[in-house]
Amino acid sequence: MSPSSPARRLSLPLLLGGAVLFVAVVALLFYGVRRSGLADRDSLPSALIGKPTPAFDLPLLHDASIRVRAADLRGAPYVLNVWGSWCPTCREEHPILTRFALTKRVRVIGYNWKDEHADALHWLEQLGNPYLLVLADTDGRTAIDWGIAAAPETFLVDAQGIVRWKHSGALTQAIIDNELIPQLVQLERAPAGASVRAAP
Amino acid sequence: MIPRAAACLLALWLVLAGAMLPASAQPASDPTPLAYRDAAEEARFHALAAELRCVQCQNQSLADSNAQIAHDLRREVLDLMHQGRSDAQIKQFLVERYGEFVLYRPQVESRTWLLWFGPALLLLAGAAVIATLIRRRARALPPAADEPQEW
Amino acid sequence: MLPELGQILLILALLVALLQAVVPLAGAQRGHLPWMAVARPAALVQLALVGGAFAILTWAFVHQDFSVAYVAENSNSLLPPIYRYSAVWGAHEGSLLLWTLVLALWSAAVALCSRQLPAHVVARVLGVMALISLGFLAFLLFTSNPFARLLPAAAEGGDLNPLLQDPGLVIHPPMLYAGYVGFSVPFAFAIAALLEGRLDARWLRWSRPWTNIAWALLTVGIALGSWWAYYELGWGGWWFWDPVENASFMPWLAGAALLHSQAVTEKRGSFGGWTLLLAIAAFSLSLLGTFLVRSGVLTSVHSFAADPSRGLFILIFLALVIGGSLLLYAVRAPGLGPAEDDPRRGFAATSRETLLLANNLLLACACAMVLLGTLYPLLADALGMGKLSVGPPYFGTLFLVLMAPLVILLPFGPLTRWQRDQPSRLLALLLPWAVLALLAGGLAWACAPQGRIKTALGVAAAAWVLLGTLRFAWMRIRSAAPGQRLTAEMTGMLLAHSGVAVFLAGALLVESLSVQREVALAPGQQLQIGGYQLRFDGLDQRQGPNYTADRAHLSILRGHREIGALAPEKRRYASGGQVMTEAAIRPRLSGDVYVALGEPLGGDAWAVRAHVKPFVRFIWLGALLMALGGLVTATDRRFRRLPENP
Repeated sequence: MSPSSPARRLSLPLLLGGAVLFVAVVALLFYGVRRSGLADRDSLPSALIGKPTPAFDLPLLHDASIRVRAADLRGAPYVLNVWGSWCPTCREEHPILTRFALTKRVRVIGYNWKDEHADALHWLEQLGNPYLLVLADTDGRTAIDWGIAAAPETFLVDAQGIVRWKHSGALTQAIIDNELIPQLVQLERAPAGASVRAAP
Repeated sequence: MIPRAAACLLALWLVLAGAMLPASAQPASDPTPLAYRDAAEEARFHALAAELRCVQCQNQSLADSNAQIAHDLRREVLDLMHQGRSDAQIKQFLVERYGEFVLYRPQVESRTWLLWFGPALLLLAGAAVIATLIRRRARALPPAADEPQEW
Repeated sequence: MLPELGQILLILALLVALLQAVVPLAGAQRGHLPWMAVARPAALVQLALVGGAFAILTWAFVHQDFSVAYVAENSNSLLPPIYRYSAVWGAHEGSLLLWTLVLALWSAAVALCSRQLPAHVVARVLGVMALISLGFLAFLLFTSNPFARLLPAAAEGGDLNPLLQDPGLVIHPPMLYAGYVGFSVPFAFAIAALLEGRLDARWLRWSRPWTNIAWALLTVGIALGSWWAYYELGWGGWWFWDPVENASFMPWLAGAALLHSQAVTEKRGSFGGWTLLLAIAAFSLSLLGTFLVRSGVLTSVHSFAADPSRGLFILIFLALVIGGSLLLYAVRAPGLGPAEDDPRRGFAATSRETLLLANNLLLACACAMVLLGTLYPLLADALGMGKLSVGPPYFGTLFLVLMAPLVILLPFGPLTRWQRDQPSRLLALLLPWAVLALLAGGLAWACAPQGRIKTALGVAAAAWVLLGTLRFAWMRIRSAAPGQRLTAEMTGMLLAHSGVAVFLAGALLVESLSVQREVALAPGQQLQIGGYQLRFDGLDQRQGPNYTADRAHLSILRGHREIGALAPEKRRYASGGQVMTEAAIRPRLSGDVYVALGEPLGGDAWAVRAHVKPFVRFIWLGALLMALGGLVTATDRRFRRLPENP
């Protein structure tokens, strides 16, 4: 092919369209690169935010004859922390969680997930028990209703039983200060008796 | 003599038993394979599990993953099938708890129109361009000649 | 001492690459011969330098020098010797050095095998390849130094991921890179043509074998990855539409379109613009793939460890190379069409030109679809639409829809004449075979134990492609003069298209006919699957070089007659305690019996997962045929004799 043909140009809409597409893809990839540095880039947002907690009915770890239901926990907000003695990351977050629990800002309730009874008790003995009470979910059925995918995970539930916040992964002081506490402050400011009725 | 030897053997056995404990503990689980009622149910289960995503893994289907939560969810899906729920209902059940992330086949809704219809639109647009090009080039055809062509 | 030498060699290579880029390109622009002549020796020197650096890194691994951080992270004193070699490319820094080495090898090959090309073409091609090399060497030296020291040296290494301690993984990355990176040759050639302002059919003829060879190697690389995933990952899948797999598949699709488009442009002078664009696209997709795997942008079991600063570097490099190429294309390409008075320019609706346009369109749409699906979750996240997953149900469905027309049109391609042909002639040639293919499909429908529709479609499609391809061979053998019947190019085409047929059969039939069962077995118990019985004979322990394994022994029976034995294992690796499942496979062309161990269930019983996978080997056999076809085409004498007049 020789350049003897009259000068042809690529049509303007095609050029413009191509340029826009190129810039869009590069921008998207740039966004991706920025996001890849964040620690929580792989974590799933909870599907329960703004919805009532599942209607659970679980025994206490320390006394299987006592059962706790969702309705029993209503009246004040609480933090639900999912853990297991088999989970090494839970061990890492334990001191930070304990420090937070000791501030007595909000009830901290433990959710022992898929654990052996003896192992769980032994773990708490070894490390200390920061929880007001510990629910025991041995077969994991209720955990599915909560949308729990791994341990540790932490939920914040308000006084009416609506899930307000969830964090996947170990709690750090930064997350408590920058995310959990502001959510708590919002809850404490909101008028009591909010709109949505929670499940019994 | 004999009791001492027995004590040594017992100690040795205890040490070996301790050495054989797994390096990292696992959550309590029931590894028994799932029991299907018949071949049709098994096929339906595999097909459904292949369309669901393991919520904890780096991109594996529910059928393939060995993660603890995947075991639990597979059991749950089978239970729901036994309860008589349809595939759509089971998917809805999981989406309510884990979000749309759990579906490997994205639902066809306004935010996925580009995804589902984009390629077809591109094909149609491309076909239109080609049709125009052919029409233009057909006009430039030299008169018919049946000379042998190089392949 | 040696690692520092390795680093120095890389710095020197960077300088040589700079020289190889700037001087020849400037020389070609000004017509200054001595400057253009710098290109060839520079490429050879660069190969020596990068090769030396790679050899030093290999030496560090073989001698287990844990004072080099990269070696300490990816090796271990218990690692078997052969894996010490492949551990060199087991993680980011080393695999990047391999990428750079492969690029240096291709550049040197171009330098040595381009005697027929005029100096300014060679100068530009090697100059562009040097620019790419420059980018990668800079990336290595500034963000991913494989020779960084770890002081004090680690006492023991972190170990190569046990998944990578496998023969398949030894050759898969080098093959893949050989293909990916090989597309830099047609890319450089396209840029050279655009810079020159003209696309000479002679030079295009020179570039065709390079494209074919690169594409063939990429085919082998992808097939190896698929085969490895099948036997190593323990659940019998052979393709997962994982982002990293897609990252290698997209250049493959573009490359397939490219090698067909190059054939048209070289023989008939048409579609030069499309050919150049496809050449740019194929290599751009290779670069994009390299970016996606290393930047942490996508979630995949496959990706290397993420580091935003590295991701940013490659993204900027990517944007510059691709953006620059496309800009050059937009400005220069329109002037490169065939002359208005070229008699070969026109073509009718029924002509090989039309079929090739359709081929390009369908492959391009498939490629765009894969890109869209791979990036869509990121797009949804960026636009605040939540976390979506796009997986095999999406990719598989749309890929089938887009490839169906291609499969139907495929046999027509080689039989159709250029510029103008009669539909009636083609139908007369192929209709009997279409009917035969449909009958074969019908037979399959009747005989299939399950998945009848898919089985019928798979058999019909594969038969159609195979019969149509053989029809062409038959026609050539009967009608052409002896000695002129089948050129290497035609033979390559026959092999590759037959490979498509074999692949279709494997991919569709394994999906429709495979059977899977997971049961608890105690010693002595049997499980029934797909016409076989599997009897669990017992369990023993085995000690490997760096692992201990629980090994189960199973006998395969057919009609109560023993026909084989399998020994799947569960291995625990000493260095990190990781537990891996090693599946046991009885491989046959007609179908594999595939067994993997689940968990122990107490009391000697184990969960056992068994699959029967009919015709799964056809998948890789088909891919190998396609690759062979690409290689055979490249040997055609046509490419070594360049014609006198353009």
